[in-house]
Amino acid sequence: MNLSRRDFLKTSALAGGGLLFAFHVPKAFGAAPAAGAVHAPNAWVHIGEDNTVTLLCARSEMGQGVFTSLPMLLAEELNVELGAIRVEMAPAAPVYANDFLGAQITGGSTSVREGWEKLRVAGAQVRLMLVAAAAARWGVEANQCRAEHGGVHGPAGQHATYGELAEAAARLPVPQEVALKDPKDFTIVGKPTKRLDTPAKVNGTAQFGLDVKLPGMVYASLEQCPVIGGKVVSFDATKARTMPGVLDVVQIPDGVAVVADSYWRARQAREALSVQWDEGPGASLSTESMLAGVRAAAATAKIISIKKTGDAAAALASAAKTVRAEYVSPYLAHAPLEPMNFTADARGGKCRLIGSTQFQTGAQGAVAAALGLKPEDVTVETTFLGGGFGRRLDVDFIIQAAQISHAVGKPVKLVWTREDDMTHDFYRPMALHRLAAGLDASGKPVALSFQLTSQSITQRAFGLPKDTLDAFMVEAAVAPYAVPNATHDLVIHDTGLRVGYWRSVSHALNAFANESFMDELAAAAGQDPMAYRLALLNEQPRLAAVLKLAAENAGWGQPPAAGRTRGLALMEGYDTAMAQVAEISVAKGVITVHRVVVAADLGRMINPDTVEAQVRSSIVFGLSAVLFGEITLANGRVQQSNFHDYPVVRINEAPLIDITLVPSTEKPGGIGEPATALIGPAVANALFAATGKRLRRLPLTPEAIAKA
Amino acid sequence: MPTTFQLNGVAATAHAEADTPLLWVIRDELGLTGTKFGCGIGQCGACTVHLDGEAVRSCQTPVGTVAGRSVATIESLSKDNSHPLQQAWIAHDVPQCGYCQSGQLMSAAALLATHPHPTDADIDTAMVGNICRCGTYDRIRASIKTAAAHLPKKS
Repeated sequence: MNLSRRDFLKTSALAGGGLLFAFHVPKAFGAAPAAGAVHAPNAWVHIGEDNTVTLLCARSEMGQGVFTSLPMLLAEELNVELGAIRVEMAPAAPVYANDFLGAQITGGSTSVREGWEKLRVAGAQVRLMLVAAAAARWGVEANQCRAEHGGVHGPAGQHATYGELAEAAARLPVPQEVALKDPKDFTIVGKPTKRLDTPAKVNGTAQFGLDVKLPGMVYASLEQCPVIGGKVVSFDATKARTMPGVLDVVQIPDGVAVVADSYWRARQAREALSVQWDEGPGASLSTESMLAGVRAAAATAKIISIKKTGDAAAALASAAKTVRAEYVSPYLAHAPLEPMNFTADARGGKCRLIGSTQFQTGAQGAVAAALGLKPEDVTVETTFLGGGFGRRLDVDFIIQAAQISHAVGKPVKLVWTREDDMTHDFYRPMALHRLAAGLDASGKPVALSFQLTSQSITQRAFGLPKDTLDAFMVEAAVAPYAVPNATHDLVIHDTGLRVGYWRSVSHALNAFANESFMDELAAAAGQDPMAYRLALLNEQPRLAAVLKLAAENAGWGQPPAAGRTRGLALMEGYDTAMAQVAEISVAKGVITVHRVVVAADLGRMINPDTVEAQVRSSIVFGLSAVLFGEITLANGRVQQSNFHDYPVVRINEAPLIDITLVPSTEKPGGIGEPATALIGPAVANALFAATGKRLRRLPLTPEAIAKA
Repeated sequence: MPTTFQLNGVAATAHAEADTPLLWVIRDELGLTGTKFGCGIGQCGACTVHLDGEAVRSCQTPVGTVAGRSVATIESLSKDNSHPLQQAWIAHDVPQCGYCQSGQLMSAAALLATHPHPTDADIDTAMVGNICRCGTYDRIRASIKTAAAHLPKKS
């Protein structure tokens, strides 16, 4: 394996740049010599003289278990027990970029897939360096030494701990070629493993962004325009300034912040503000006008081809039967349980940022730009995240905290209310799908036309040029079924509301349309939805296998309990093949999801216990959206404000979930998101089975069911 | 006027205005940050504490109303994770992001105090006010049952 291209070997350059470990590792061993040589074996591993092994974890822990799965990868090759590894969040630095996403980002179900090789290589490199240091110390050949249990053993019974060897090892060149263990020799990877962060999360000691406290810190509450994007024209803070504890009232680009000696005082005084807003062009937005705009774009705007096979138009025209359907997915909020907040200390030409973020280098760059600082003068310390789900890929609230701190010259913790969070999210985009299929006389699809019209998040977030294919919009757009003539098209339309990446991103939008439509085709053909799909999966053995497995485990083909029906859905996403069968009942228009049977082939697993937890989590998260989730706008204002009008699944609504994971030696697939995408069509298909009603617009509320 | 009350068995004095939610007094003035802010309107349960042994939403409890009473937070369950619920939460590896779990544990502790052998319906009733966006509900349910099975028998 050629490692020379990999950024992470350039540790000496990084150390020279002064970016490393300013706050996180006060006790990093082998402080950089004057010549600026490498001062750690590599960017991921620090070994203390007390034999403490620290993983500088480059991915945020937001519940998905990276503080356990990533050190498992390292420990496997470093030959230390998992329990011997201390995990610490890495600072913002280019070396920690996610190679799948091109920046230091936690998202896209990439953490394990991206770390799979990188962290094993990092562990193996350090192990070889430690062995080389031991061999040099004892005057023997490296191949006469072996590393295990955090120490190196020599041929004559010599022994040295990693801690004793670390300083010498860190001076050695980083090996360019390393041989990784044969997976059959794994002792850590692949074994169900207790999470390292659980103990801190059951006694209140785990530190989230909200829990940060700095000496001299003050608190801010920010009034933003009720119409996203609106600007302050003028404000009157006369009353607010007289209220107890208020230290200052400052205007920043996004609004007016009250700064006080306690959060509650800041928030109370914020309510006494009077702000005149220029609401801007967003003031005219409403859900139905935005949907009308999407429909108009679908008919007239530029079409970007996703994929074209054969001649779908001709095959549709000559088909024995045609089926057409249109699906609508609503705007959604992320609503992680920890409201947006961040702590910033922007004094003395530097800025220290501490809190919950999925995008360290994004926060660093954006705050540097906002304050006119160099990126290296902005440091980012990441706490545990009280949920991310994509919301914390955006850094708006981090910039705000930095601007407020800069304005008042004190460390500031900015805390949003839940209402701020619900009304100032970056929402999952609305989507319109138009599908058409032509069936032959036997009911088999011979033509398919797929058109998605929606908004590009990547244009907003990363400056993707207009009218170019946004890869994040076409995830799971091309379903795995064999159809000889197919066109898949994309229309990008900006409705004017800001949009963001939401757990499973476009997989959920496209799978809802594709998998609902497959059921419609099966119904049109008079065939069983499972058998109908299976007949089109001859060239997709992984998907066929999980479909059969889920169906078998769900008792597909045998009648469910009285009053219950089943629906299924299938998808490949994040290199994971998954099928779900949802078993539901409907009473007075209210859907109860009793059981969800899942079969997944995600390649090799690192921590199967976390894999299972992520599948459950994804289903509950997706189900909230399917049953309840909808953000609506009127006069440019988001109409939902908190969990009473944006409900989410609670314990009494959570289904039993039955998971089968297919053993595999393929490279790992992502598992934090695919199950979120499938629960929608699985439930919608079960609803059709229950009621004969085909609901093509989410969410599946009693009102929507009654109207259908 | 300061408010005095018992916090985790120790006398505490709060100087915040009497209408300040107990949540912010506990967190910001008294420095116990295990209790979380999730919604501010009593919808999510992240701020659940015990007031004289009953589970309450501290975001809806003005500190003035707890004068002379006894408040217990997540920090009171145990610092060494020896409480049966903490043990069960660890055994089942319940938390994902973990943000809601202090509130979940405090609701569960109040449940077990009155229902040492809760049924699924008892669990639903006691825990329905606690949102978990990570969807750890099934492991929460299993952990409550495990903890119930390990509770010391009352004499």
